[in-house]
Amino acid sequence: MEEVLRFENVSKEFPGVKALDNISFNLKKGEIHALVGENGAGKSTLIKILTGAYTPTTGKIHIWEKEYSKMDPILSQSLGIAAVYQELILANDISVADNVFLGIEPSKFGFIKKTEKKKRTVELLKSIGYEDLNVNSVVRNLSTAQQGIVAILRALVREARIIIFDEPTASLSSKEVEVLFNVINKLKKQGTSIIYISHRLEEIFKIADRVSVLKDGKLVGEKNIKSTNMDELIKMMVGRKVRTDVYDPQRKIGKEIFRCEGITNYRVESASFSIRSGEIVGLYGLIGSGRTELARAIFRADPLFSGKIYIEGKEIKIKSPISATKHRLSYLPEDRRLQGLGLQLSVKHNTNLASYKRISNFGFVNGKKERFITLDLVKALSIKTPSISQKVANLSGGNQQKVVISKWLAAHSKVFIMDEPTVGIDVGAKKEIYDLINKLAKEGGGILFISSYMPELIAICDRILVMRDGKIAGEVKRSEFSEEKILTLAIKNEGEKVNS
Amino acid sequence: MKSNSQVVKPLEKRNFGNLLNTQVLVFLVLAGLWIYLSIASPHFLNISNIRNIFSQESIVGVLAVGQLYTIITAGIDLSVGTVMALSNVVLTLLIVGGMSVPLAILLVILLGTGFGLLNGVIVYELNMPPFIVTLGTMSITLGIALLLSGGTNISGLPISFAKFGSSNFLGMPNLFWILIIAVVLGEIILRYTRFGKYVYAVGSSVEAARLSGVNVRTTIYGVYTLSGFLAGVAGVMLSARLWMGVPTAGADYNLNSIAAAAIGGASLFGAQGTVIGAFLGAIVMSTIYNGTVLMNVNPFWQEVIVGALIIGTVALDQIRKKQKYTYTKK
Repeated sequence: MEEVLRFENVSKEFPGVKALDNISFNLKKGEIHALVGENGAGKSTLIKILTGAYTPTTGKIHIWEKEYSKMDPILSQSLGIAAVYQELILANDISVADNVFLGIEPSKFGFIKKTEKKKRTVELLKSIGYEDLNVNSVVRNLSTAQQGIVAILRALVREARIIIFDEPTASLSSKEVEVLFNVINKLKKQGTSIIYISHRLEEIFKIADRVSVLKDGKLVGEKNIKSTNMDELIKMMVGRKVRTDVYDPQRKIGKEIFRCEGITNYRVESASFSIRSGEIVGLYGLIGSGRTELARAIFRADPLFSGKIYIEGKEIKIKSPISATKHRLSYLPEDRRLQGLGLQLSVKHNTNLASYKRISNFGFVNGKKERFITLDLVKALSIKTPSISQKVANLSGGNQQKVVISKWLAAHSKVFIMDEPTVGIDVGAKKEIYDLINKLAKEGGGILFISSYMPELIAICDRILVMRDGKIAGEVKRSEFSEEKILTLAIKNEGEKVNS
Repeated sequence: MKSNSQVVKPLEKRNFGNLLNTQVLVFLVLAGLWIYLSIASPHFLNISNIRNIFSQESIVGVLAVGQLYTIITAGIDLSVGTVMALSNVVLTLLIVGGMSVPLAILLVILLGTGFGLLNGVIVYELNMPPFIVTLGTMSITLGIALLLSGGTNISGLPISFAKFGSSNFLGMPNLFWILIIAVVLGEIILRYTRFGKYVYAVGSSVEAARLSGVNVRTTIYGVYTLSGFLAGVAGVMLSARLWMGVPTAGADYNLNSIAAAAIGGASLFGAQGTVIGAFLGAIVMSTIYNGTVLMNVNPFWQEVIVGALIIGTVALDQIRKKQKYTYTKK
């Protein structure tokens, strides 16, 4: 088969991290090549190089037998490369046809040829065998699956011959997945080459011709789909370096401090677990498994349909984040910059934000206490800031996260739900955050550590809960930690049997 | 002037937040204006002229305080001027109808407060853009004022009103003292109370505030209610100044109060601004109105100058912040 794309020893370095390390990879005409690997393995970096968002540090890219040292978005598009992302970027309030032709409208004397636009959209739909879509519908009213189709049409009308699918099925039902696969297979038959990224290994066995496994920025191996199986792929994905300097065996694990039973909402199904004081419990799950949704449901940042929550054995009613905070629960959101902090506000303001009630009389804030509490916490957490009046927007990611933690310490929280607490924090500062988390637990707190980066969970946690499809699929004790076991629970449907 | 600009630099270096800088900037603009006008016109530094500037500023200033609160939450209140005019009309009608003055004043302040609360409830509960909600109440209150008054000015207020509006206390107009009280209380609430802290927090990020256990509902209710309350107070002040009920008096005031806040350093994106800044912004505006009259400039130029000034100060501020941003980002 003809080769359409080849990466030759491509590397990409960021300060302190090698995101891609000497990757060679190729794609043939009419082939579906799957890319798998855990979060942080380098898949998105690879895609970003291909679409021109990143420039490779070293290496060559061959496309249609021409050599390039880098891409840029315009060049990438003109070479027929298109990406259909997990989070679709469409103009929500205009029609399907308008979206498909956005920016390349067929026109005459500056007037758009409406009928031609619609006609060609209908033809495209026919060509991919998906005719169940009204080209006049406004995109906002379509299902996620249908919006995905619009994104594909958009790629096709720009004559894309290499299409990248990045987790296209993360929020689709199994029926919708079938339909999408039909479309992808049709594209393949027409000679389009496809890079297919997914965490769901069973899908890859259904649709891909070849699969490449990435791990920590390196290419671990490439297999013909017919000559491999799921267990082998999982084995290839795991085995990453786990830090040994993070776990603190001196933590004393005490009584149960938090328990939830049957937490259910539109993304979470009957999740139950408990945390004891001094304990760090990990929560692992692939994209779309409902990790964040579970955390937000407990904190009542999102609606809760049913479920009970107990703090120190007593059932409590949480109606909103306000009452969650009162019951000494805390939530550190994944999007620290937009949801965890008031970026324009000072370190002092952010630190006390959850506890102004505690330090005010008749509505007036005790400025002295406000200042002292902040100074104490800045010192205890060694937050690097020129002054406590500094805007947090000007701090580094690690220090911003410490400010979020200090906010909950000021509010005397006992249970800390941390959603990806080390994301976007550089390597050196990560250790400080781990130390801090250990300290919180040592002082009697209970921690739910949510992460999609398994090595860090293995490094720090006492046990790890694994989520899949909105349910807790199993739990692994520290003595039985293995990436393979955890990943199997997260991926495989028959995972329940592996339960410890 | 020189010593002032020296103060600015070290503050910037130490990154003391933008608020102080913006206030200093407005203060410099104001000082420049006053120096220029006192050289250019012999009448400017006359005590009665200064009183006139402050008296003109008072009403816009009071509205700007409430406006500022809504702007800090990344909202806006377009209805302050017309709520004020409605209070003015209702107050006149009540007093002409024989009600006692204190009771009438209390009622119209409650009326203004009620419209403010209504704005807050609609904004929060229906999750609607404040711009649209207050645009609606602006139109509604203007309409009610016109209906009640039959579209004409209503006279018949007791002479004591006019007297209060034109007399002084400790050398400054009575109305100006009301503004001073509003500014001082406004600044204290914003700076030293829990509510004030929440106002900034909501403006910085509603979601972060909510997830920190901040009661966003009462904060939003609070700022719009406060704005309505001050519009009611301004309506009483307007009655004293005009000595009659004027249903259409509110038109300019809506935008002028926003302009005062913006000149004073409030950002329409939220989380930035101070009451002192809005106060200075309002003085800048009334100085310009006063100055054009003294300098015998065609009064229509006033609007042009104010407009240019709004764009100018905000642009300066923006440029300054960008530099800072790139500076911290290396």
